[in-house]
Amino acid sequence: MSSYETTQLDYDIIVIGAGGAGLRATLGLAAKGFKTACISKLFPTRSHTVAAQGGISAALSNVEEDDWKYHFYDTIKGSDWLGDQDAIENMCERAERAVLELENYGVPFSRTEEGKIYQRAFGGMSIEYGKKQAHRTCAAADRTGHAILHALYQQSLRYKAEFFIEYFAIDLITGEDGSCQGVVAINMMDGSLYTFRAQKVVLATGGYGRSYFSCTSAHSCTGDGTGMAARIGAPLQDMEFVQFHPTGIYGTGILVSEAVRGEGGYLTNAEGERFMERYAPNAKDLASRDVVSRSITQEVLAGKGVGENKDHAHLHIHHIDANVIEERLPGISHHAKVFADVDVTREPIPIIPTVHYNMGGVSANNNCEVVNVKNGKINSIIPGLMAIGEAACVSVHGANRLGSNSLLDLVVFGQIAAEHCANTLKPGATLPTLNKKSVDDILNRFDQVRYAKGDISVSEIRNKMQGAMQRNVGVFRTEELLAEGKKAIMQCMQDYKNISINDRSLIWNSDLIEALELNNLLYSALATVACAYERKESRGAHSREDYKQRDDENWMKHSCCYISPDAKVNFDYHPVRFETKNVDSIPPKERVY
Amino acid sequence: MAEFFLNKHSVVKQGEHFYAKPTGEIKQPKTFAIYRWNPDDDKNPCINRYTIDLSDMGPKILDAIIWIKDNMDSSISFRRSCREGVCGSCSMNISGVNRLACLESSADYAGEIRINPLPHMPVVKDLVTDMQSFYDHYSEIEPWLQTSKAPADGREHRQSPADRKKLDGLYECILCACCSTSCPSYWWNPDKYLGPAALLQAYRWVADSRDEERKKRLKYLDDKFRLYRCHTIMNCTNACPKDLNPAKAIAELKQEINQLH
Repeated sequence: MSSYETTQLDYDIIVIGAGGAGLRATLGLAAKGFKTACISKLFPTRSHTVAAQGGISAALSNVEEDDWKYHFYDTIKGSDWLGDQDAIENMCERAERAVLELENYGVPFSRTEEGKIYQRAFGGMSIEYGKKQAHRTCAAADRTGHAILHALYQQSLRYKAEFFIEYFAIDLITGEDGSCQGVVAINMMDGSLYTFRAQKVVLATGGYGRSYFSCTSAHSCTGDGTGMAARIGAPLQDMEFVQFHPTGIYGTGILVSEAVRGEGGYLTNAEGERFMERYAPNAKDLASRDVVSRSITQEVLAGKGVGENKDHAHLHIHHIDANVIEERLPGISHHAKVFADVDVTREPIPIIPTVHYNMGGVSANNNCEVVNVKNGKINSIIPGLMAIGEAACVSVHGANRLGSNSLLDLVVFGQIAAEHCANTLKPGATLPTLNKKSVDDILNRFDQVRYAKGDISVSEIRNKMQGAMQRNVGVFRTEELLAEGKKAIMQCMQDYKNISINDRSLIWNSDLIEALELNNLLYSALATVACAYERKESRGAHSREDYKQRDDENWMKHSCCYISPDAKVNFDYHPVRFETKNVDSIPPKERVY
Repeated sequence: MAEFFLNKHSVVKQGEHFYAKPTGEIKQPKTFAIYRWNPDDDKNPCINRYTIDLSDMGPKILDAIIWIKDNMDSSISFRRSCREGVCGSCSMNISGVNRLACLESSADYAGEIRINPLPHMPVVKDLVTDMQSFYDHYSEIEPWLQTSKAPADGREHRQSPADRKKLDGLYECILCACCSTSCPSYWWNPDKYLGPAALLQAYRWVADSRDEERKKRLKYLDDKFRLYRCHTIMNCTNACPKDLNPAKAIAELKQEINQLH
């Protein structure tokens, strides 16, 4: 191995990722007097939070009388009783404060006539435990993620938080005791390498949508935190639960917000039938996302798909007043025009369920600390490591996330991470000496990838992986498909050892960065397909054709998996938590919309 | 007598022409002429040409550039992320106009498509430019809500739908820099002139009924460089891929400052 010079930088806290969760944690920590560095491979406002459209949920009662307890119930039902109820209670109870804080930060929310935050209908959100549709999703037109992400970055500027922008985090540095001591990162602008040392590292790296061929996720959603955590032996939890958004634009996978249906849009099949009325007689088009995605897929499988190949469905909003569309859904109208050549005031949008969100992630507790799971229970925490946002699995979304709960998750757990650090750590505390062996191992792996002279390109392996995930780990799954998928991903991991890189430079070498990202994607993909194979029931987004029922007796538990460097997967499980503080827990029942 | 000379690396040379391996009958051949420069070798920048079949890939120019990277030359560097025109990463100069590569259709361009980095920005590698000064200008206008105290009832600030509407066409800016880097005034005074993107954002806060520092903001901008280097050239408005109108926002700022005098 050639030797690399590294510069060591010391901080109290390192946050990796500058999306909604990372920024909220960063500015919270900076405001509490911690010397905080936020490392991001993207300029903060380019993070994928920017693409969130519909809104952020909170029972503000701006449209009708609402209660966070209804929100709590809806989230549990949405999670198909896999969400931990203490975590969900925490999130829903804090939602109102979180959204008001965002408004006070300057988020340009749309407004009601009284000048309050505008709230719209979203799937799975109800008043009085399923009685009627709730208007709980706080929106800035259909650009809520953009509005929130920019406001959080603006607040970070205000608090003078320290950023390391376009630094790519390579791997976590671990002590001999398994604790996390920091992270090795490369400055993409000049190729210099850094060891960041800190009391805590917070993973806020987002999801891994790009492990699939078609997804609403950005090119940069490559599960970097998931990969880094897996490589130091942290468990990945509930990875089999991948949300398919019902309405990605057919062909490109660009997201069409649930807000479209929230504002009155509806789906039809080839016969022009509003088929959701059959699948979800009450909620109809605003049933939970997993339900709507399955329904569309079933229509297509029944030969009722639209288009030349009868392989997708139509989403209509042309019956809605053009002024309402312009005010509430301007971004969608633009996307439909640019990516589907559709004028939404006249024609339906061609849509198809598309990979959108990862309910699973790095296993974390209510304080956002990453935990070890052994012998069926949470065994210990991994000192020094925290995870928040889509990268983490707390779990507030269980087997299926409700629309507009992810922006809430980001902000609330960003806050909690900062508060937990403030309650347990002291600014300026002495840091242990970095484990040289760990740093050397990381640089070694980096060097191997950098000088890789194999014969398979990054894109070739990535295409294979994405194809396999798309074919084998889709909306409906079977043992046979999953076994085949697992084999294919294992093969990709083998192929990775024979990868080829053409660019040997260290300056903005995206060939190298994409190779490192691919490794993270492969860990995430393997965990997903392996956990999906193991879980022999249907729950939320995980639908097994061969095990069609939810099996609470055997499977109301979180899957955790550990991946060894030679791609072996070990499983463990821990029970769903039902204990709550200020609200009655919701016992499992049949989930009907 | 003053001597003028060009930096030895400033002359852009003609590079090589590569042809994609045909997988069958070529249906939609298209040539992309892409600016390449590697800071690690001592060579001048060059324009490489890549002839590909558009029917092998997605319709957007970003799809084509990614296809070239994946299949012909993995060493080419460019920024990209959301591929739907909301993150602002893939701004570049496309056949002479600043655009987001993810929103432009390859088929809409006649002849060879010329891809260059954003004009007048230091190039880091290939299509990647150093955006730091652009970001610094953004920070300089203090782009956050400034109020003396939080709303008395501990809730949201009240804002009428009409006041909220004043932010439309402003808050949507994605900081892609297409406008600022198309502005000749910004090219001349990138150190002192804030440029259209930062000024549009400055007006976004001046126009926000919740903000209490309107006067302070306007006074800061009342400067012959920060604001008044704008000579209403309007390139910014032509360049904006989000159909925003920075030139109008700048005009509003000038008017509001006028009223202060």
